[in-house]
Amino acid sequence: MRPTEERRETLRHFLMLLPAVLVLAVLFAYPLLGIVNRSVYKAGYTLDMYRQIFRVPVYLQVILATFKVSALVTMVCLALGYPLAYMLATRRPRTAQLLMIIVVLPFFTSIIVRTYAWMVLLGRNGIVNQYLMALGFTDKPLLLLYNQGGVLIGMSYVLLPYMVLTVYSVMRSIDPRLVRAAHSLGASRLQAFRRVFLPLSLPGIAGGTLLVFILSLGFFITPALMGGPGDMMIAMLIEREVEITLNWSFASALAVILLALTLVGFTGYNRIVRLERVFEGRH
Amino acid sequence: MASSEGIAGGAEVRLHELTKTFGSVAAVRDVSVTITPGSFFTLLGPSGSGKTTTLMMVAGFAHPTRGEVFVDGKPMAALPPQKRDLGMVFQSYAVFPHLTVFDNVAFPLQIRKTSRLERLHRVGEALELVRLTGYERRLPRQLSGGEQQRVALARALVFRPRVLLMDEPLGALDKKLRAHMQLELKHIQQHLHVTVIYVTHDQEEALTMSDRVAVMQGGRIEQVGSPAELYDRPASRFVADFLGESNFLEATAVSTEDDGRWRCRAAGGLEFAGVPAAPLQAGQPVTAAVRPEKLVQAEDAGALGPGANVCKGLVEEAIYVGDVTRYRVGLGADGAVMIKVPNRVGVRPPVTGATVALAWSPEDTRLFPRASA
Repeated sequence: MRPTEERRETLRHFLMLLPAVLVLAVLFAYPLLGIVNRSVYKAGYTLDMYRQIFRVPVYLQVILATFKVSALVTMVCLALGYPLAYMLATRRPRTAQLLMIIVVLPFFTSIIVRTYAWMVLLGRNGIVNQYLMALGFTDKPLLLLYNQGGVLIGMSYVLLPYMVLTVYSVMRSIDPRLVRAAHSLGASRLQAFRRVFLPLSLPGIAGGTLLVFILSLGFFITPALMGGPGDMMIAMLIEREVEITLNWSFASALAVILLALTLVGFTGYNRIVRLERVFEGRH
Repeated sequence: MASSEGIAGGAEVRLHELTKTFGSVAAVRDVSVTITPGSFFTLLGPSGSGKTTTLMMVAGFAHPTRGEVFVDGKPMAALPPQKRDLGMVFQSYAVFPHLTVFDNVAFPLQIRKTSRLERLHRVGEALELVRLTGYERRLPRQLSGGEQQRVALARALVFRPRVLLMDEPLGALDKKLRAHMQLELKHIQQHLHVTVIYVTHDQEEALTMSDRVAVMQGGRIEQVGSPAELYDRPASRFVADFLGESNFLEATAVSTEDDGRWRCRAAGGLEFAGVPAAPLQAGQPVTAAVRPEKLVQAEDAGALGPGANVCKGLVEEAIYVGDVTRYRVGLGADGAVMIKVPNRVGVRPPVTGATVALAWSPEDTRLFPRASA
């Protein structure tokens, strides 16, 4: 009786997983293998593509710039997102709900539309520059677009909700009575935050920064539209190889390198995050 | 004034007309009570009686709509919780999950910038007090519920507050452990002479530990007194019912006797005497309360002396509960009463279905006036 029931349970779980497994296998794992294969195949197996990436400085520069921009975007998102998530997690449910809708609302619009909207706002004669000049902060329009600043603004805006939602979910799981307990033991608001709330929210910071960083690495639309010629990111490089030079093998090699670097970063980060979990006292 | 500096004694806590309203609902109404320094004071009541809200106002986590809390005569209203220097133990333990036992207990000392050496010494002392020496390096999740609660207690005591507030601290523990912790808490309190304000809905817990108990209902204090006073001389039907067990008989006050007692007649004709909890008038409807263990079989009633109340009833049901057996005895038109008979050699157990004569003292009969119907 027992073993058959258990087997049935296992079977049921397997059946529930099956659709997702199939979709991932057909649409993700198989093409990925194809890309890896193509990256070492061009009229016969060769490592030429990789050799070229490491020999020509511009490719490494683009990869480095990609990581730099991603790191900056992550920091901006954390600086803006953490206080916002804190508000969401600690305010009255009504206020929090309203704020949450505002945070999630951008997801309902296409990223291209939102990026164009930013371009309108930030352009030479855009609203932002008009206001800045009208208020006397500057005489001539600031260059807010087609440079790294523009890329940072656009990407941070798109990725901010991911940071907020990740940090928020962890903050919500922090027992507010712990902060009360800290107060009852003599801790000021700042001390209670620094010694109790902040350490307990670290898993959220870890998760949010990881998510935003990885999403940033593969960003394409926003840097393509809002960046200048010097702000090329690796995804744009790949697109160029696919669309313009039609060098698919080289594009594949770039993609594999992006994937490998992401995995290395992820593994290293996971170590730290795990460590945090131990301190946090959850399984 | 009596206690010199340095000797950590308890502080006097005085609640003056403490009131808290949420919208139009009064959670706490006009609670006034003075708590003696170094005593164990319990706020007892069912959920929603306002006991926790009262405690939160003392702690500073809730702001009184009206009234004031005085600690050693000093008004507290303007002070945030962290400036009140009161120790607090929560029902949920609220032990910091990311800190070791040592760091948890050291937390209030670090906040107060106590020197490292002093900190080591005091934490060691506090852990010894709650018998957790050797647990310093463990994390809370490696501890049982009882151990976590001890950590919370050590943490609340380590900075030597003069008042310790506890909000149902034993609520999440199992029965045996709870009984054990009750005694231990009581011993620690007596050892430190700290003033304890304890909130619980468990009447047994309140009776076991407290010097004085305030029974709360609907945001008001129904009665304040020692456990024995509350148990033997409840001021209202609610207290008689909530604290321990009572048999209730609906009756009418007939006439007063020279010793202050009143004779009453129940609806079914039973006549008995009792002590009024409030002034009565002849003809006034009353509810009489008698504890089950005060009702004895007539043949064991020698000690009650003359003037004891007596009645006859039919033994309807016996419920064996180990140390005693409880019997429901039908009184005809006057309903039924529960009696408790100890399971011991020499006590003749009543037989189900038999008629039994019961006796009880008028002293053990409390009369509560009812609003006339």
